[in-house]
This record gives sequence, structure tokens and C-alpha cells, in this order.
Amino acid sequence: MTDDTLLSARGLSLSFGANDALVSVDVDLWPGEMLAVVGESGSGKTTLLNVLSGRLVPDAGAVWYRDPAGKLHDVHAMPAPELRTLHRSDWGFVHQDPKQNLRMNVTAGGNVGERLMAQGARHYGNIREQAIDWLHQVEIDANRVDDLPRTFSGGMLQRLQIARTLVTHPRLVFMDEPTGSLDVSVQARLLDLIRTLVTRLKIAAVLVTHDIGVARLLAHRIMVMQRGRVVETGLTDQVLDDPQHPYTQLLVSSVLQA
Amino acid sequence: MKGYNFAYLDEQTKRMIRRALLKAVAIPGHQVPFGSREMPLPYGWGTGGIQVTASVLGAGDVLKVIDQGADDTTNAVSIRRFFARTAGVRTTTRTADATLIQTRHRIPEKTLRDDQIIVYQVPQPEPLFRLEPSRVETRRMHGLADYGLMHVKLYEDIARFGQISISYDYPVMVNRRHLMSPSPIPAFDNPKMHRMPALQLFGAGREKRIYAIPPWTEVRSLDFDDHPFRAINAARPCGLCGATDAYLDEVVTDDRGGRLFVCSDTDHCAERRAAGHVGEEGLKEAAE
Repeated sequence: MTDDTLLSARGLSLSFGANDALVSVDVDLWPGEMLAVVGESGSGKTTLLNVLSGRLVPDAGAVWYRDPAGKLHDVHAMPAPELRTLHRSDWGFVHQDPKQNLRMNVTAGGNVGERLMAQGARHYGNIREQAIDWLHQVEIDANRVDDLPRTFSGGMLQRLQIARTLVTHPRLVFMDEPTGSLDVSVQARLLDLIRTLVTRLKIAAVLVTHDIGVARLLAHRIMVMQRGRVVETGLTDQVLDDPQHPYTQLLVSSVLQA
Repeated sequence: MKGYNFAYLDEQTKRMIRRALLKAVAIPGHQVPFGSREMPLPYGWGTGGIQVTASVLGAGDVLKVIDQGADDTTNAVSIRRFFARTAGVRTTTRTADATLIQTRHRIPEKTLRDDQIIVYQVPQPEPLFRLEPSRVETRRMHGLADYGLMHVKLYEDIARFGQISISYDYPVMVNRRHLMSPSPIPAFDNPKMHRMPALQLFGAGREKRIYAIPPWTEVRSLDFDDHPFRAINAARPCGLCGATDAYLDEVVTDDRGGRLFVCSDTDHCAERRAAGHVGEEGLKEAAE
């Protein structure tokens, strides 16, 4: 790779008391690339995501983000207003539970439009048009634009959350188990949708999942974590087809073959 | 009055409030916490406004107190009498004669001058409180000028009702920086705050917050480019004085659907009638 990295982290370490959540983790992410972080629960995946996105401060190490102008920013040394601006424009965060991100007492259109309005959009017609366009892109019927999210099904909520996150065309999206709470058939549709959108909009993404199948379907590269350490990293197919580390071998062999 | 300090509050308390006021004037629209005292009137009756008034009142001031525009309602009468007794200041009902005006939920129709101060009684100083329950979070939003949420509320209004349906306590942006609740004045009065020559002080006693708008400060009501802010008023002239540019109250006059629209600003209406303006109701009376 000769391009500049979008996000890179060096030597991230964080412990909660006696528990090491992260031990000297390095991450590199290039523009338009999807990186999956897999591992069992408690292996530090979500902690890594929170540290990368600046929500948690690591004990050691640094995260660097390159903005569209090519300037490098130390994510944890950024002033709070700048980090917040980044979070609502260049970055996106997709939670496992859409209710964490959505406003349940605000209509679908309002939910999608919030990031636009936070960025200073002040034309109602345009905001609504974009909201409807995005609902269409995530396969939600346009006539549901004025419905409250609590009338939506679980899969629709997750898709609404994705629309809300992607409406500002972020360059980098953090996804924490986006398909975790959904049943299998809905998962498949959602994965398909995420893959289409991410490819079309050339979004880079860090995807945390415990599901190897999800990683294989979506990610270009994969990082396997165990007890806060990265035990194996490489191209998804390479790692999953020919796992080197005993833990990765265990993970891959434990997947039920359909 | 014997046994009380001038204007009821002790000097230390007044200093504390004046310090908060100075801070508030320095950062237009920013809510400054202050040690609100218990006052001899219940919360919701103007405990914040009365403390601010007590702190800025001088012996030479002329005080006017209005409640929903009226000089003769219980709240206005008792606060006016309170300061007449505890400070011995002159009081008036005429807007032009007053140097200090304490108000609940209205701005007088007559344009205020730069030698006047207007004190608002504020029940809820936080404009975002219905949208974001956490005060820690709203404070952070003010700190970072992150006001997208307020526009979500306006968006929701238009999506549901076809227009922005806030008729009072319409949120404003002060000095292009702070989102502020103008206290529950009708949206009709919002444009009067913009570049007002008088100093505007806001006191919230229960919520223990003071904020201010210095003279000639930019105050904009939030809106969308394609749904601009509109001041809503009854589409009638005043029944008593015939005014078409004043904010009107609707008064039910009988149990057969009879109603009368009159100026909410009683002083404005009385002055107009004294100057010979007559409304529909007045004409009817004259005919009888």
C-alpha cells in the first residue's frame, strides 16, 4: 500500500484495574477499507473501538487520524469541540442496539436529518428530501418518514440507524456488532445492504464482531483478538482459510458448517 | 420600611447577584448559576425576577411591573407594592416613565430606550430541557454550540403540523453563539429583543440561573430558510383601541360564543384610548 493511512494507532494499551483490555495494539486503516475485529466476548474488541473513536483514553499509545486536507490529528489530544465535530461529520458510529443512537420520540425523518442540521443545514425541503432519499437507500418505505422509530421492527431500526449515520457521507464508520441483535434472515439482508453502501460510498470501516461469517462477508482485512492482544492479522480470506495462531484455528474450526 | 434592608435583600446577596449579572452581560445568552434566595412569594411567581430587580434597583428608579402585559393583575400589583414598601421607590404603570420594568411573559409594545432596564421572570432557563433530560449534556451542548437538536424539534413541528408550532418561549440565538430561552413571552415579542436599546436581564429563581442580553445585541429566532420565523397574532384589531400592531388577548365575554380581542399591554391600550383611538367595542358603547 502506497496510499496514506486514514487511521493508524500505535502501541495502544489500556487496563481496567487488573484486567488488561488492550495490550500494545497497532491498527492501520486505509481509505475505503473495511477492517474486521473478531474475538470472543471480553477480548477487548469494543474497548478497541471506543479507544479508536476517541471515547476512551488509552493508558499508552496514540491514535492518528488524517483529515480530508491530509493533516494528521492525534485523536486523544484533540480539543473536545473538534472531536465532536469529527464525530458528527467525518465519522459515524453504528451501535449494536439502535436505540442507543436513535431518538425514539423523533420521527424517522428527524432522526436522519439530525446530523445534517447539526452541520448547519437550514433548508427544511432539502433536509426532508435527503432523509427520504436515505430511507429509500436503506430500503425503508418513503411513506414511513413521519413515523416514530418505536413503530419500526428491529431490522428497520438498524437500517434507520445506518441511514442516520451515513447521511453526512462520513469517511470512517465504526460499527459495533451491527447485526448482533437480529435474526439470521434479517442479518443477511442487512449485511448485503452494508456491503453495497460501503462499497458505493467508499467508506472505510472498523467492524467489531464475534461472528466470523460476518467478517468473511464484509471485511477486506481481519484482526483476531484474544485477551486484549492481537494474535493474528491479515487479509480476511488468507487468515480464515489458513489460520496460523492456535486461537484463530480454534475460532475458525468452531464455526458450524452449514 | 423599618427592620428591612433597602429593597429587602441584604447587601451581600445583592453583590452576589450583581456579580452573576456582570458575568451574564459579558457572555450574552449564557446561563450563570447564582445562589438564589428564598423570597416572600412562591416559586413560579417571579422569585428570580424579583431578586434581580432588588439587586439593580436604586433609590431614584421608577419601577413598573407587568404580568402578561397587564399592570393590574395580582402578581404585578403585589410585586410593585413590595418594592414600594421595602425600597420606597416610585412606581408607575406608564412604560415611558419607568426606568426599570419587571415583566412576566410580555415585552411592552412601546419601544424601550437605552436608559431603561427590563427584567424577565423565567420559569425554565434551559431551552433544551424538553429535548435533552440531562443537564450535564445540555451544558456540554451549550459549551460546544451543538444545537442541531433544537432544529430537530423545529423539523418535527413542520413534519407534523406543516409549520413551526411554538407560540411562546420560542428559542432564540443570541449574538450568534448561545441558544437561549426568551422566557415564555409570545413569539410575537421575539423580534423586539433583536437589537433592543434597553438592557435585558433574566432571572430564574427556582432553577437558580441568571442570563442577560446587553443592549443592541443580535437576537435571532431559530427557523428554516424555507420556513422563516413568523410572529403569530390574532387577525383582528383591538376591540377597545383599534390597534392592529399590538399583541392581543382573547377574552370570553358571555356563554353564547361572544369574545373580545383586546391589547394584552394594558398601558399601551389605555394610552391609545386617551389619545382618541376607539375600537369596535368602544364604538358600540358610544352608539348605546
